[in-house]
Amino acid sequence: MSAAGISKRYGTLLANDNIDLDLHPAEIHALLGENGAGKSTLVKAMYGLIQPSGGELRWMGQKIVLSGPSQARALGIGMVFQHFSLFENLTVAENVALGLPSTESFAAIVETLAETARIYGLPLHPHREVWQLSVGERQRIEIVRTLMQNPKLLILDEPTAVLTPQEAEQLFIVLDRLRDEGRAVLYISHKLEEVKRLCNTATILRAGKKVAACDPRHETAASLARMMVGAEIGEVKMASASAASAPRLVVHKLSLEPDDPHGTRLNDVSLAVTGGEIVGIAGVAGNGQDELFAALTGERLSPEPGAVMIDGAAVGTLGVTARRRLGAAFVPEERLGHGAAPRMKLSENALLTGHAASGMVKYGFIDHAATLAAVDRTTKAFDVRKAKRDPEAASLSGGNLQKFVVGREILREPGILVVSQPTWGVDAGAAATIRQALIDLAGRGAAVLVISQDLDEIEEIADRVAVMFRGNLSAPLRAAEATREALGLLMGGAAADAPQGRRETQHAVGA
Amino acid sequence: MQLVLERRAERSAIIAIASPLIAIALTLVTVAVLFEIMGKSPITALSVYFIEPLTDPFSLQEIAVKATPLVMIAIGLSLCYIANIWNIGAEGQFIVGAVCGSWLAVRTNGTGIGPWVLPVMLLLGALGGALYGLIPALCRVYFGASEILTSLMLVYVGNLGMDYLVRGPWRDPHGLNFPTTAEFDRVATVPTLFVGAGRLHAGSVIALVVVMLATVLLGRMIMGFEIRLVGAAPKAARFSGFSTDRLVLFTFAVSGALAGLAGIIEVAGPIGHLDPGLSSGYGFTAIIVAFLGRLNPIGILFAGLFVALTFIGGETAQITMKVSPDFTKVFQGILLFYVLACDSLIIYRVRLIQSVRKPAHAA
Repeated sequence: MSAAGISKRYGTLLANDNIDLDLHPAEIHALLGENGAGKSTLVKAMYGLIQPSGGELRWMGQKIVLSGPSQARALGIGMVFQHFSLFENLTVAENVALGLPSTESFAAIVETLAETARIYGLPLHPHREVWQLSVGERQRIEIVRTLMQNPKLLILDEPTAVLTPQEAEQLFIVLDRLRDEGRAVLYISHKLEEVKRLCNTATILRAGKKVAACDPRHETAASLARMMVGAEIGEVKMASASAASAPRLVVHKLSLEPDDPHGTRLNDVSLAVTGGEIVGIAGVAGNGQDELFAALTGERLSPEPGAVMIDGAAVGTLGVTARRRLGAAFVPEERLGHGAAPRMKLSENALLTGHAASGMVKYGFIDHAATLAAVDRTTKAFDVRKAKRDPEAASLSGGNLQKFVVGREILREPGILVVSQPTWGVDAGAAATIRQALIDLAGRGAAVLVISQDLDEIEEIADRVAVMFRGNLSAPLRAAEATREALGLLMGGAAADAPQGRRETQHAVGA
Repeated sequence: MQLVLERRAERSAIIAIASPLIAIALTLVTVAVLFEIMGKSPITALSVYFIEPLTDPFSLQEIAVKATPLVMIAIGLSLCYIANIWNIGAEGQFIVGAVCGSWLAVRTNGTGIGPWVLPVMLLLGALGGALYGLIPALCRVYFGASEILTSLMLVYVGNLGMDYLVRGPWRDPHGLNFPTTAEFDRVATVPTLFVGAGRLHAGSVIALVVVMLATVLLGRMIMGFEIRLVGAAPKAARFSGFSTDRLVLFTFAVSGALAGLAGIIEVAGPIGHLDPGLSSGYGFTAIIVAFLGRLNPIGILFAGLFVALTFIGGETAQITMKVSPDFTKVFQGILLFYVLACDSLIIYRVRLIQSVRKPAHAA
């Protein structure tokens, strides 16, 4: 497939400006660029989701106009999106069947599904319902669903953003295999090491234009980053080690039954984060991180008030608003729908967490000027790029929305910040900004807890690291002791495999 | 060539305003076709429906009288619907409010008691509607029962309860056995605005105040934000610290109170006594009004007036053109259908795409 001179204009914004791209069989081609560089727009055009304003697509040398994704699929183009399109209440097999032409029987589809999953080493249980599955498992559904259509070209939009190192490694094996089978793969990623390891060629976009084409194996991660950003990326600087103060966030013997039957039970979780430090919680998705986050925010209440303490106050039975008033701030993993309301303006999304303690509400009335001011401050401090002053949250690119959601909390100067997957699906430049902001916040005396599946990230910013496995939290390791091997063992349950751990085996979510 | 719906990056503000107007236009075309099929002149019929009532001062007042309960109920319902909470039982809350307020009027009938009676009746009406609305809300919060079904079924309970009262204990002893209470005393009646000239009453002023309060609530108050957020993104609302359960109780209580207030105003105003013909389905028609008004208080005001116009026009058409009164219901049903259909245009845009020749070697 090749794209010649593709342009796409959204109002005054030129998202793609005359881009050429050639994809060849048996080749993994990387598409690199910062958020908002136009990568998603380009692949959407190649998948028939949007119509380009100019230029043309050629498939095996012939000019084509794609009327929609179903036509793209019929030609042999498959795509795995960054945001999954799965029905939560349906099973894996039902979701897969929905995406396929309805000529096959359901039983046959289940069989092909199991077969495909087995061949490519992507374990999946066809009859589990999607809402029970972790992000990593959901991605497997998307990949298997696409592979079942036997695509000649497979487009993957930031597939490893949600995977553990081991899961990512498995995915690379799958991709290598697809290439060896003679398929073309278009691989969008921010992780430059990954691109160097995997891809034969790369196209780099910046501000809607193609700025370079290269062989990533002959480049360094730094030179690739330079081409993407157009400037050097600042190294994340550690704050000078601040003197340990009293614990500001304490979790004490927290046990909590899951609120859905397939969730993970929290077992006797204890943890203390002092002011001035960043504690990382590593672990494979679905081992109780979501449950822990909900217990910390107050979206789920604990049975004992003393199970969660904020600056000495027992808040286990208090709700989100009360905890925010005590100086806590939270950033959930899911930007759209949890951290922000997609179809509401940014100023309203500022109010979403700011109504509790930021002076945005007086006598029940909203101070619109204050909410807009918060948007402007966040935009400025975190370089949030958007088309107008106060757009809907859903119109921002993933990285820019994440900068907004994190910035919104950090600018409140919280004493305690709990953040889940702070740089999920965010480009290198934005990730560096966010991590630096977390470190600076800790440097100013706040207690920061980072829940992340990205070990690189935890290594980069955490002073201490604990690992979650099947609802148990390991004792934290100092950063120096937290080698990849040590963490990897804990993530696999080595130390936590006490008798208690075994009893939970049946209950726990399979990773 | 092929038509596809493409998701818009942002909601279109222009279409949001135009969509109800497009819906009205499509309804008029459809109705004109129906008239043609029925062998009536569409032009005459539409002018009887929509032009004549607007040229006569008495009809104009009647439109406002009809619109008053519709607007009040629809405002309450819109608060529920914005939050994705489905109160379908406004008709029941309307009736129970009317019954609760009438209780005082019936008890004090003929005693020549003071002017405090009417305000207390209005209060009782609102309270009765609110409590009746809280039944399905509590069932949902504590037992997980679908509020759609329970609120709808409670309509029939309320209706039959009222029927029993007016045929039994509350029946007017001098009413020749008709199922109705005695005419309310003057102190128990909502005063008309222009003495001796039409039925326009003080209730319409209350409806206007309700519209203004709702505008402030939704646009400027944190409670309004909570309502919108729970509807737009429930998980984000939970993260924001808002409780859906609390909101279910609040919106049901408010919409029940408004429906109940509308009920007692209707009884103590234009009707003057309680009888089984008290409602012509206001509680259900208000659902159409709420959506036609795009769940926006000002929009609902205009939508209420428009739907009231179809009622009045329908009555005229029934008299002058022998059109069945059911036609008004058909009319309103078609309208709701088009309103909901046109709403997709706000989130999606329609695009025409050229079909493509399949490449010869495609698998």
